[in-house]
Amino acid sequence: MATRALEWGRAQFRTCSATGLQVDLAAERLIKANAVAAVLFLTLGGILALLIALTRWQVIHLLPADLFYRFVTAHGFNMLVAWIVFFEVAGLYLGGVVLLNARQVAPRLGWLAWLLMVFGAVLVNVIVFLGKADVMFTAYVPLKADPLFYVGYILFAVGALIAVGIFFASLVVAKLEGRYEGSVPLVTFGLATAATIAVYTLLSGAITFVPAFFWSLGLLENYDPGFYRNVFWGFGHPAQQINLAAMVSIWYALAAFTTGAQVLNEKVSRFAFILYILFINLGAAHHLLTDPGYGFTWKVTNTSYAMYLAVLASMIHAFTIPASVEVSLRRRGFTRGLFGWLRSAPWREPGFAALAISMLLFGWIGGVTGVVIGTEQLNMLAHNTLRVPGHFHATVVGGTTLAFMGFTYYVIPLIFRRELKLKRWASLQPYVFGLGMLLVSVGMIAAGLQGVARRHWDITFANAPFPAPIPGTVDLALAVLGIGALISVVGGAMYIAVVLASVLTGKRVEPKSVTLVQAPPEVAGSPGTENPGAPAVGAGAEEHPEPRGTFVIVLVFLMFFAAYYLANWWLLGRAWFIR
Amino acid sequence: MASPLAPPERVWWKPAGLLEKTWVRIAFVWCLFLTAMMPIWFLMGKQNVPGESYRIDPPAFRERVMAFVEQYRVGEEQGIPVVEPPPGSDVYLFGRMFQWYPIVKLKVGETYRLHVSSLDVQHGFSLQPLNINLQILPGYVHVITVTPTRAGEYSLVCNEYCGLGHHIMVSKLIVTE
Repeated sequence: MATRALEWGRAQFRTCSATGLQVDLAAERLIKANAVAAVLFLTLGGILALLIALTRWQVIHLLPADLFYRFVTAHGFNMLVAWIVFFEVAGLYLGGVVLLNARQVAPRLGWLAWLLMVFGAVLVNVIVFLGKADVMFTAYVPLKADPLFYVGYILFAVGALIAVGIFFASLVVAKLEGRYEGSVPLVTFGLATAATIAVYTLLSGAITFVPAFFWSLGLLENYDPGFYRNVFWGFGHPAQQINLAAMVSIWYALAAFTTGAQVLNEKVSRFAFILYILFINLGAAHHLLTDPGYGFTWKVTNTSYAMYLAVLASMIHAFTIPASVEVSLRRRGFTRGLFGWLRSAPWREPGFAALAISMLLFGWIGGVTGVVIGTEQLNMLAHNTLRVPGHFHATVVGGTTLAFMGFTYYVIPLIFRRELKLKRWASLQPYVFGLGMLLVSVGMIAAGLQGVARRHWDITFANAPFPAPIPGTVDLALAVLGIGALISVVGGAMYIAVVLASVLTGKRVEPKSVTLVQAPPEVAGSPGTENPGAPAVGAGAEEHPEPRGTFVIVLVFLMFFAAYYLANWWLLGRAWFIR
Repeated sequence: MASPLAPPERVWWKPAGLLEKTWVRIAFVWCLFLTAMMPIWFLMGKQNVPGESYRIDPPAFRERVMAFVEQYRVGEEQGIPVVEPPPGSDVYLFGRMFQWYPIVKLKVGETYRLHVSSLDVQHGFSLQPLNINLQILPGYVHVITVTPTRAGEYSLVCNEYCGLGHHIMVSKLIVTE
């Protein structure tokens, strides 16, 4: 093994053979532990997803009612909380320690955080599967769960908060010890954005669940349901904005890994992250748009993120990331027309495929539908219908989860130092998973547009006192959802197979390059490549290319966005007069 | 330019490229439009989220609904009273595990004030196939000022999970010419 461990303080380092970074072995172990926990909870959540989807697919209607509601509760927790937060904590150690060549601060505290999170997550699962908390992931008061359910949430949140604290401490210590010069890398900056959002998210979680715990014990007599919803969503929605900031950071990283992309303009990209910090927490109010007790001005100020400034941030990243890929490829000699660079992109490289599909699903489906259902009046058409999970399966699953999956393939050789196995599966996996999630989201949105409720066991109302006729097109939409779920589960299983095969049976290697299947494509001799000796003939590369193709893509995106947005106003205009 | 994975050059505050700058401006204008649409619709649109609400104890609200049912009762379906209040009046309706109470009969083109609340947990007021959805909380009364524009028999579905019988919580709302 070619690891050069060097002593520095008490920390032990190795030098990464692919990136030249010095990796603290303590950080490496923490990254591994958190990544493994993440994948285990993803596996559990994925099995539940299959069972739930096969129940909502009306033709199959697999589970009985009580198990359906129980599994929806467990699925929500394992996916939205356990899988994603464990992966993000792994990402924080990677971005806050490894990328900065730094020393892992307080590794023992890191292990305590990990243990608290594992214990909390297992506790929530045990209580839910025992049938003592059929209250959904949201646990809206006054639906009451077993006190230990809230304890599980609280322990998990405390653990995550400790990990976030370690991340910030690492940044400070790395700077004080002179491990890096100037500003932190953009990816670390984005992760620091995620960590900042995480602090107030987790505090809001504490304000939600600590009183809920006392209330469930009977020590607090009354817990106002309106107040609960407000603080719960101060936890629940920003938790997804942590994902957003972490995912965007990982998008930048994947673009760099797979195409050698560089940041077009640090000022613009960092400004966009700052917009997230300042405004995105307001989005929690989206969930309260049809609640009693709030006025129009309050709702509009919050739901629009003070003038959609957080949406502006996402639209900026939606340009700068593909543009950085385009500029990189144009400098490498792929200059033909508007989209020659896109045709020549490394589509077989799993990280690139994951990046492209994740951006597509997140932006075109998740982002657009999110803005629409988050609009004050339009929310009446969507509140608690399947359009809501349709939106967040495009963002959190098609977007964040797929980006994290793509990123995992690089963590395996770089951190686990194992050769990636089943490479063909890894290349194909983002397409399979992406197609599945596209169908899941579109199926849900189509059903929701026709009024189908979310979290509902039987929309045929077979045992109900009154019929509620549903149009036949609903069956079609739910079948699309079911088929999409089957395809996604295959995609998810491929991911887990690649990870397990690589980690358990992969050869120990010191990686020579970052890419796995397909190196960033190059036209020989273009000035953009790291090949100064080669003659610059026949390349025709541009030295200072403008991202013209990306500009056209984002304009088309804006037209799509506008069409869907305006169509929803038209739809609302056909409803009864209501005020 | 630097890799997003490495610290950038010391001074990175530089002017953005032409297309990048242009896109940021276009996106910002779009965001302003999105913001403006809500107050514009609030002033000119016919469909707005009800903004009126008040607090009440669930038992007191139950009394209010019962008195209302007593006053305007015209029939019964599946054990639930059917109530036909005069046009322009206040209508009282509660949700509880797992029913809506009572069934209300309204007239097209008339305006009513629907006072809706819950006696136990949270419920979702989902009028189908109209697809108008509102959150209902115990202790709060949502006052929905509504003018039906088309006659027919509508379903009133609960779309907030309210317990293991959630999927049988459905009622109807009748609109006559």
